Amino acid sequence: MSSFSRCAACKYLRRKCPQDCILAPYFPSSNPQRFVCVHKIFGASNVTKMLQQVPGHLRAEAAECISYEAIARVQDPVYGCVGIITQLQQQISQIHSEIMKTKGEMIAHHCAHSQHHPPPQPQGDPSWSISLHQQQQDYSQSDEHLLRKY
Amino acid sequence: MKESGRKQGALSPCAACKLLRRRCAHDCVFAPYFPADQPQKFAIVHRVFGASNVNKMLQELPEPQRSDAVSSMVYEANARVRDPVYGCVGAISSLQQQVDVLQNQLALAQAEVVHMRLQTHQFPSTSSSAIDAAGNDNSRGCDSHSRRSYFPLNEVDQTDVEDSLWS
Repeated sequence: MSSFSRCAACKYLRRKCPQDCILAPYFPSSNPQRFVCVHKIFGASNVTKMLQQVPGHLRAEAAECISYEAIARVQDPVYGCVGIITQLQQQISQIHSEIMKTKGEMIAHHCAHSQHHPPPQPQGDPSWSISLHQQQQDYSQSDEHLLRKY
Repeated sequence: MKESGRKQGALSPCAACKLLRRRCAHDCVFAPYFPADQPQKFAIVHRVFGASNVNKMLQELPEPQRSDAVSSMVYEANARVRDPVYGCVGAISSLQQQVDVLQNQLALAQAEVVHMRLQTHQFPSTSSSAIDAAGNDNSRGCDSHSRRSYFPLNEVDQTDVEDSLWS
């Protein structure tokens, strides 16, 4: 690669960009800020070492993740990516509570609704009363199943 | 005597200064966070970030925040050594997927509640004769419907839920 088309890394480091520059495919000159962050957090030599340790077909992914981590740490110098992880864990916990609350509402509604349908006295067709009684049993079994989940 | 010229810190270098083979100054930035009895902690941070970068990052932070910053750097460094491709971005990706799944579950559960309330509103209980009439026709349908509705959401598949909502 000539000095006229140096990658962002070699441009920043003010050096010639060789043809086999390991950083060139992942830090194009069109996005200089990306390498600035990566260099600030990890350093050019560390990034080069990290990419060299990874098989060629995975280097693009690795460079992407390294850039993501570097940008996260520039934006949040105390927690970096760990801040994002903590936020996601809190979000999971919150959504989980909402799900439990909603399931509780379902059970409460079901219980209130089933109380409005007390089994009537058997009259006339016995097969009808058996099927309604079976329905009541099914309701109570499903309640038990749901309560056991909590 | 030589010892009179030595500063106190040099007698017990921190893990960073030990690894870097340098004198540990009394105001060493690393010393509070990388004690000598935890050499691995600095070793891994140095491997991923580099000592000078860590030094710069810590110096740019107010003192009360440095301990948390070191802990998060150690976490990230460990993650990157364990997974040289994805590092801790792998964990972020996995957590994001969990959030998506749970949000779907929540939406389904909330829709189910709305459906139940609408059903109750549309078919309020009035008299036992109304129940009698409904029981004969709908007992079988209600049976399968109620079984699907109260099946734990994380075990039901999409088609079952859709059936219960829009049957």
